[in-house]
Amino acid sequence: MKSMKRSTLAVAVFALTAAPALAWEPTKPVEIVVAAGAGGASDQMARMMQAAIQKNKLMAQPMVVTLKGGASGAEALMYMKSSAGDPNKVLIAYSLIYMLPLSAKIPFNWRELTPVSVIALDQFVLWDNTTLPHKNVKEFIAAAKAANPPFKMGGTGSKREDHVLTVFMEKKTGAKFAYLPYKSGGEAATQLVGNHTQSNVNNPSENLEVWRAGQVRALCVFDKERIGYKTKVTDKQSWNDIPTCKEEGLDVQYLMLRAMFLPGKVTPEQAAFYVDLFKKVTQTAEYKDYMEKQALKPIFLTGSDMLKFLEEDDTLNKNLMTEAGFVAN
Amino acid sequence: MEALGLLLHGFEVLFTFKTLALMMVGLVLGIFVGVLPGLGGPNGVAILLPLTFTMDPTSAIVMLSCIYWGALFGGAITSILFNIPGEAWSVATTFDGYPMAQQGKAAEALTAAFTSSFIGSLVAVLLITFLAPSIASFALRFGPPEFFAVYLLTFCSFVGLGREEKHKTLISMSLGLLLAGIGMDTVSAQLRMTFGWSELYRGINFLVAVIGLFGISEILLTMEERLALRGHAASISLRVVLKVWKDMPRYWVTLLRSSAIGCWLGITPGGAIAASFMGYNLAKRFSDDKESFGKGRIEGVFAPETAAHASGTSALLPMLALGIPGSGTAAILLGGLMVWGLNPGPLLFVEHKDFVWGLIASMYLGNIVGLVMVLSTVPLFAAVLRVPFSAIAPMIVVSCAVGAYAIQNAMFDIWLMLVFGVVGYVFKKIGIPLAPFTLALVLGNRAEDSFRLSMIGAGGDMRVFWSNSLVGSITTLALLLLFWPLIGGAFGRMRSALVKKTA
Repeated sequence: MKSMKRSTLAVAVFALTAAPALAWEPTKPVEIVVAAGAGGASDQMARMMQAAIQKNKLMAQPMVVTLKGGASGAEALMYMKSSAGDPNKVLIAYSLIYMLPLSAKIPFNWRELTPVSVIALDQFVLWDNTTLPHKNVKEFIAAAKAANPPFKMGGTGSKREDHVLTVFMEKKTGAKFAYLPYKSGGEAATQLVGNHTQSNVNNPSENLEVWRAGQVRALCVFDKERIGYKTKVTDKQSWNDIPTCKEEGLDVQYLMLRAMFLPGKVTPEQAAFYVDLFKKVTQTAEYKDYMEKQALKPIFLTGSDMLKFLEEDDTLNKNLMTEAGFVAN
Repeated sequence: MEALGLLLHGFEVLFTFKTLALMMVGLVLGIFVGVLPGLGGPNGVAILLPLTFTMDPTSAIVMLSCIYWGALFGGAITSILFNIPGEAWSVATTFDGYPMAQQGKAAEALTAAFTSSFIGSLVAVLLITFLAPSIASFALRFGPPEFFAVYLLTFCSFVGLGREEKHKTLISMSLGLLLAGIGMDTVSAQLRMTFGWSELYRGINFLVAVIGLFGISEILLTMEERLALRGHAASISLRVVLKVWKDMPRYWVTLLRSSAIGCWLGITPGGAIAASFMGYNLAKRFSDDKESFGKGRIEGVFAPETAAHASGTSALLPMLALGIPGSGTAAILLGGLMVWGLNPGPLLFVEHKDFVWGLIASMYLGNIVGLVMVLSTVPLFAAVLRVPFSAIAPMIVVSCAVGAYAIQNAMFDIWLMLVFGVVGYVFKKIGIPLAPFTLALVLGNRAEDSFRLSMIGAGGDMRVFWSNSLVGSITTLALLLLFWPLIGGAFGRMRSALVKKTA
């Protein structure tokens, strides 16, 4: 394990210093591996990158999207792990890389893969149904505290981001929620619209359509600062109009990484190619457009910066999971 | 009349050269699949599904649904000519169709079968056209308890209304439920029954199971029985067709009754097989001349075929609007929709109008084109049965293997398919029905999840399944169906006791 870590570090350091000299290029189609179902946020992002790379001719070989969403994404992780040395597969990862090994004891460690770059951070927003009377966080929490049976909170999956956020909301406020783990963010959105749950903590992209349709209300965003985009999304509001939860007296923050990984044991030249490729992707109009549409936070980290970020993020997630009682023994 | 406008838009989407060509290809493949014993609609669609992965969703579903229509038409051909039902739902068609063929009236029987199929589908499509838009807003009322009630209804109706012995249906269903539990459990985020084997993490894909259970096992059976196919020559002349059509209006009651049964069983998932038997039995029960059934009566062909098609077609409605498949083939189409990135459910009708109405328009067109095609190609398809089995069997096995691999690009799935082939063979030998097994495999996880979500939401209170009129009536209906054989039996005894008393 230790030597593995050192070699990934070496790759990342190399990638940082030797960006312009591209000695290696893929010789067959590149698979972009999605650890989620069709139509989810990862899938959409993969297809955006596929289009951006193709339209801007960033790579000679075509890129294909491979969906490996089985077992809540564990299928994709095991697939990447077993593809060591194959430079034609790239994983679009999110916080499952920290959480899944803890909660379900999947024999996987992200340090066995080769980190390429962090390309975005995803936000979480507290939403409720517009037909409900509580119009801000304070009223919502008060109602949740008084509710019997408890308010139902919809989310994607169990013992994952949405579930962790719910537990921390409970800890901060003393309110109790019945957390309902749905299969996808889309399902959580539909169930909120149908009044089968009182709230959810979907990513902006997952609730975008029902928010525009006026069926759900955005109460607050779980970040230190407001979302930057000021263009109107609904009739009245832009992403920037949503207050932070801290402003509203609910001090809970969580951001989720969206990052690219190669399998383990690839050469430094191969890693360097992908660092350069995704750097170029983040400069395309397609990427910028997508970031705004989905209210993602722009970021680009690679090399030692990325490793530092991953280690810190790993520790943070591990602490949250432990505190929430989600770590399997 | 919004529906009519949307339907016209659907036809617009449809009338491109590419879509029409795919439609024809789908129909030909479908009829072919329907004619071959053992292949059948669900298998045909499952095997050909990966071909459509690269197409846009509308073209893909048009082609796949045309395979389905084709298989529905094709199933009747072998039933009538050879007394071999190409499809399970064509079994009832053999009762009167084959005697007709023996009396030299094969052409009449085939015309009757095709035309009544067409009528059944048409009634179901009309129903879909005018009900579908209102289904979407209705569907928003479905939370976890409602979904569970619907799954319960499906399971119960299989047990209560199925023709097979109850305990065998239950065995088959339980085994399916057990296998459905393999893999990640989304409610507790734990792996179950994987024994640390990462190939099992993703669970057992039900398409792989279906290809093995039906396709491979049928090959095994045919090999064992050395099926000799011997058929009657059949040609259809326009004169015969017109004569049958002229006589048809006389049987309007039978046609209407069978259509109604079919639509009902299609929407509340009971399936085309049950519908065809029910259609036949009711036509016989209400006929003045019960004796002539089974001896080559044309009404005995009309009744099951109409019901089978009405049911097969209307089964697509709950699949599109609620994400619940009403038949095996609909379940496979559901898998396809998800692959193409469409989430069947209430918002499908709002967010993917082109797709939904293109599909509905293709049902009209596919059936009309299909009718013309089957009427004109009967002699050709009958010839398929003269190809030696030893030539056809390897082709079927290879196409099954390719299909199983392509679903998840996993070699492991081919081995799994072979295992299921043997399982299917054993099941057929000892008379355990396969349909409840596949049903449990495809719906087991969802039923479990929705039950547990209901329990979390209600704090473990079972009364949540009677908490509003919608969920309450579905749950009650489900329990009624489960115990129907007992209830029906009790009624029967009461009535006969009453008759005795008065006599």
